[in-house]
Amino acid sequence: MNFDLPALRQQFPFFTAHPDWIYLDNAATLHKPQAVFDAMNQFYCAQNSNVHRSAHGLSQQATAAFEAARTIVAQFLNARSSHEIIWTSGTTAGFNQLVFGLMGPVLQSGDRVLISTMEHHANIVPWHIHALPFGVELDVVPLTADHRFDLSAFAELLKLKPKVVSISHVSNALGHIQPIADIARLAKAAGAIVVLDGAQGIVWEKVDVQALDLDFYLFSGHKLYGPTGIGVLYGKTEYLELLRPLLGGGEMIKTVSFSQSSWNDLPYRLEAGTPNMAGAIGLGAAILWLQQQDIAAMQHHKKALVQRFYEGCRQIPGLELLSGPTTNAGIVALNLKNEHPADLATLLDQQKIAVRAGTHCAMPLFQALNSKGSVRFSFACYNSFDEIDRTLTALATAVELLTE
Amino acid sequence: MIRPDIFTETAAALKNIYDTQLPELRQLKDWQSRYRILMTLGKALPVFDSDGHRDEFLVQGCESKAWLLHYQDPVTTQHFWAFDSDARIVKGLIILILAQVNGLTAEEFARASPELLLNELQLQQNISPSRSNGLLAVLTKIKNVI
Ligand SMILES: Cc1ncc(COP(=O)(O)O)c(C=O)c1O
Repeated sequence: MNFDLPALRQQFPFFTAHPDWIYLDNAATLHKPQAVFDAMNQFYCAQNSNVHRSAHGLSQQATAAFEAARTIVAQFLNARSSHEIIWTSGTTAGFNQLVFGLMGPVLQSGDRVLISTMEHHANIVPWHIHALPFGVELDVVPLTADHRFDLSAFAELLKLKPKVVSISHVSNALGHIQPIADIARLAKAAGAIVVLDGAQGIVWEKVDVQALDLDFYLFSGHKLYGPTGIGVLYGKTEYLELLRPLLGGGEMIKTVSFSQSSWNDLPYRLEAGTPNMAGAIGLGAAILWLQQQDIAAMQHHKKALVQRFYEGCRQIPGLELLSGPTTNAGIVALNLKNEHPADLATLLDQQKIAVRAGTHCAMPLFQALNSKGSVRFSFACYNSFDEIDRTLTALATAVELLTE
Repeated sequence: MIRPDIFTETAAALKNIYDTQLPELRQLKDWQSRYRILMTLGKALPVFDSDGHRDEFLVQGCESKAWLLHYQDPVTTQHFWAFDSDARIVKGLIILILAQVNGLTAEEFARASPELLLNELQLQQNISPSRSNGLLAVLTKIKNVI
């Protein structure tokens, strides 16, 4: 397969609607190919019925489409069974279910959990809400001098015997790809449950949860060319069985009386209420679409975009790069010396370059870096070299305005 | 203690901006020139000391830090403001707002639409309800205080 950028880009209707913008906020949310809209449209127009509930044949057809999407995800991650795929509304919701569910059956007062400095708030705040008040303690893996995951400090912290190790696959603020194979291997050897936040990682590379021996992996559909409002919590059967459901209600029960209820089997036990049917089907379509692409070529293209952007940035005086160009999943964070990231981002917005400025839901990271935040350029397979060059010109204009 | 003369100094600076830089901004056709001026407006305002930068004056909801001080003259009931931010563009935009409303009474303020000027100058196409938009947060705070 080869990489035909114009043909690829044509599959994304958003760019037809906004030909004058350069979208480099892909880490916030990705655009979606037509195939995703077609699948969701087809569901609403021709299949819409509530799943798993009704006696009629229409509901059975909807259920079949919905469960087929679950199977697509299971195969994509190489899970052992499709019941290891729990639908959530996104990574954030998945983490809340996970942390709540671990408390009691797995985690008790005095137990430790290990995260890293680079974590997104979605892998920090649920621990604050559901675990720390019950006596769980949080340890944090520091950064190396070049803002990477410090593997040797990690090995040291494992000596504290954390019950759970929960780390991002790719840092959303810096773009650095964490050494997930080493992290998983060392954590397993230390007897910990391994959780990876795949929100930014899943779009970068295929993940084999069995080969990596992951216990939990979470991601959001909208960061994988899919719709918003759908996400995945993958878990090994034996650990999912342990989780206490965060949400109770319809679908997740076997029997209910006024005094008690007994819970349904996996995956339904952790999916109370009518699920996001169209969202699941849209995500299934996004994954099928992705599997028809040359993923290695996409990765190669993104590496080349980052490289080109880096080289251009080196020509612009005063820029301070927080991310490195290698082992980078397509995100570059930078600042202009002595200037606020919001100013730089506004001057880029004025030139129709869409980037994000701030602390990117990773405030503790920027506290560790002693920084107000950064301007984040995040690239996707559909971005072109021409867009990089125009962005560099716009960046040079903005820098000139701020420094003259 | 907030030094009381920060409000009189700010008022003088805002009046000067209203009389000289604002007409200039209206003349300029290209966005670079307008932003160039906008980003220098902050320099004319009195410098905040550490008291002004206390957390109680922070406006919540900005990506950048923004401090807003308020004083109401008990006799005339006029509202006076002082402002600082660590980001230059937000600071410039707020200064353009304050230059129009500083010293107004609540009745006068109710009839004012200071944000329209930013559209006219094509500085902020729309004051979006985005949570990172410091401008909206400061405008809301001004309205709430008055
Ligand atoms: C690394 C990481 N984790 C978690 C999340 C949360 O994802 P969502 O907002 O889709 O729940 C994000 C999204 O920004 C992210 O980048």
